[in-house]
Amino acid sequence: MAGGSFRDRHREPVYNRYVMRIDFLYWEDCPSHDEALRRLRAVLTEDEIAAEVQVTHVDTEELARALRFPGSPTIRVDGRDIQPETVAADGRLTCRLYLLDDGRPSPLPSAEMIRRAVRAARAPAAATNSRGGTQP
Amino acid sequence: MTLATNQQFISFALPGVAGTTSSPEDFGEAKALAVIFWCNHCPYVRAWEDRVIALQREFAGRGVRFVLINSNDPAKYPEDSFEQMQVRARLKDYPFPYLFDENQEVARRYGATRTPEIFLFDAARTLRYHGAPDDNSEAPQAVRQHYLRDAVEAVLADQAPALAETAPRGCSIKWR
Repeated sequence: MAGGSFRDRHREPVYNRYVMRIDFLYWEDCPSHDEALRRLRAVLTEDEIAAEVQVTHVDTEELARALRFPGSPTIRVDGRDIQPETVAADGRLTCRLYLLDDGRPSPLPSAEMIRRAVRAARAPAAATNSRGGTQP
Repeated sequence: MTLATNQQFISFALPGVAGTTSSPEDFGEAKALAVIFWCNHCPYVRAWEDRVIALQREFAGRGVRFVLINSNDPAKYPEDSFEQMQVRARLKDYPFPYLFDENQEVARRYGATRTPEIFLFDAARTLRYHGAPDDNSEAPQAVRQHYLRDAVEAVLADQAPALAETAPRGCSIKWR
């Protein structure tokens, strides 16, 4: 997987409408990132969300610190981590530990966890759009 | 190079969280002995931890012993220090020795690269299975292939496991 970005193709963004910004950060040493990105894409497709997804390969400790990378994989929706309570203070190259709804540890975020974060970000944006506001 | 199936085990003597030094020869009576490269911080280890503990408890009465080894560099990953190993072993009431491979020599000699990574030996200490605990780190209820359990049962029945090798799935060992 290389760094880069893709725009969700199923729905072209409408001018003056909200396009969600998603950062997907990974370290290739951790084997879970492909599945995490697949889950993210599936959630965006199922919820028909127009999103700009920036995929970043974090491959040095310097970059990990600069990005405050809490481990691979990390997903930020409009700048907010999908599970902020499990974010360590300092960034470093490591695999990320998520806590599932039933308390079990997991190297992967669940699809439901991603969906909740995406919907939470979309809700205020949708309200703004319905009032005729614009988003960057 | 990673130890290959049908090769003999490699001896070691390492300090454990219980305050004593352990080696595979301490478990000479064991009908099956699993040397498992492990650590504290890795989410794959954490996800499999309860299952590995349960397996050891289940098979303890049938002469099966697991020995866990942490080879990670604690300077890079302080959660994997010897002191934190002791904390983790107490917290989870580990039913197996948890050993510290401080100079990483044992991991290098076994050719281990991941945590968790299992090397299962039979009574003659011949390697019979190498790889992951099962086929789903994330969801115990979704496991379809119980690699370690099936390999242990095969070894106890004096048979070759149907699967002798799977890809270890987890964090890389953190070398100095």
